Amino acid sequence: MNINLTLIGQSITFAIFVWFCMKFIWPPIVNALEARRKQIADGLAAADRGKHELELAAKRASESLHEAKMKAVEIISQAERRANEIVDAAKNDAKAEGERQLAAAQAEIEQEAFRAREQLRAQVAALVVAGAEKVLRREVDAKAHADLLTTIQNEL
Amino acid sequence: MSAEAHTSTEYIKHHLQNLTFGQLPDGSWGVAHSPEQAKAMGFWAINLDTMGFSILLGALFLFLFYRAAKSATSSAPSGFMNFVEVMVEFVDNSVKGSFTARNPMVAPLALTIFIWIFLMNLMDLVPIDWLPGIASWLGVPYLKVVPTTDPNATFGMSIAVFLLVLYYSFKMKGVGGFVGELTLQPFGKWGLPANLFLEGVNLIAKPVSLALRLFGNMYAGEMIFILIALLFAQGAVLALTGGVLQWVWAVFHILVITLQAFIFMTLTIVYLDMAHQEHH
Repeated sequence: MNINLTLIGQSITFAIFVWFCMKFIWPPIVNALEARRKQIADGLAAADRGKHELELAAKRASESLHEAKMKAVEIISQAERRANEIVDAAKNDAKAEGERQLAAAQAEIEQEAFRAREQLRAQVAALVVAGAEKVLRREVDAKAHADLLTTIQNEL
Repeated sequence: MSAEAHTSTEYIKHHLQNLTFGQLPDGSWGVAHSPEQAKAMGFWAINLDTMGFSILLGALFLFLFYRAAKSATSSAPSGFMNFVEVMVEFVDNSVKGSFTARNPMVAPLALTIFIWIFLMNLMDLVPIDWLPGIASWLGVPYLKVVPTTDPNATFGMSIAVFLLVLYYSFKMKGVGGFVGELTLQPFGKWGLPANLFLEGVNLIAKPVSLALRLFGNMYAGEMIFILIALLFAQGAVLALTGGVLQWVWAVFHILVITLQAFIFMTLTIVYLDMAHQEHH
């Protein structure tokens, strides 16, 4: 246990070891650790970003789904309205057509009635005249009373 | 243990003697064959075992870590790389925790101190007669396998740390600042001698306590292993007891060697931090 040259030898050895460690061992390891730390941090940040984007996409998806639903509802209601319109229009058309046909039929009927009345009147007049002739033949000169007879015939 | 009937004292002394190379009494250079010869060599001698084991262990540490450092990538680590990274991060956190200035040298210094001292302390767990036994069989008279039980090793490190403390004290505070710190506090300029004495003791105490704490712990631990080993020659019952005791002490010592390495590292960081502080 004597203090001797070993003291200085140990100091020098120690200094060389420290120098070597500082030069060749510490920096690469610390740099690698730092690089890995950064990589992990980047990876975590990227994961966070991805998650955030996923959330945004989900939100967008639900929004567009909602929009599509709204649109579909609108389209359906529009179609219903349009169908109602068509039905109404058809109803109106049918009604108008019916009325038109009714009117035509009535006009025809009136015409027929009128014609029948004319016919009837002509027949009645002829019958009256014939009857009157028969009556007057005995007492009226056909020639003398021709004017009168014609007048009556026209009035009938 | 050697075949000759050693007395306990001789056994203990044998274990506490370094393999010292220096000038022998007859003027030739060689290895001391007795504690007296080693003592007579004076300062200009060198402890071959301390130097050899410490350089070997330091080189082992540098080799393993250098290999790991070369293959260090940012991808997933595996095997030994994991261990190296854990160590590096542990030291880095310690430095970040107690060192407030910026100096790229402190962390590698702390790592070297921690691992190197740990490895040197770890030699204490090798059963104490194995390596000296092999050595004496090879004709080497003494071998002390734990470099940190040699005050030369611990003081060598603590003096290097102390020089760094002085260097950074002068560099960061300036000559005036550092001298002022030593002389003008705590009692102001009229208490200059007292200040210088107090601060001087304070300053010198740093390397001394650093070295003696490590040396004392390891020396005491080694001594207990030696005393336990003495039991092995005292009959079956005591030998068995000795075996159990050795195991228990070794387990406890695992804690001590790690703790001592950690304390040396932490105090080095703290001292260097104090050297970097402008004023406190």
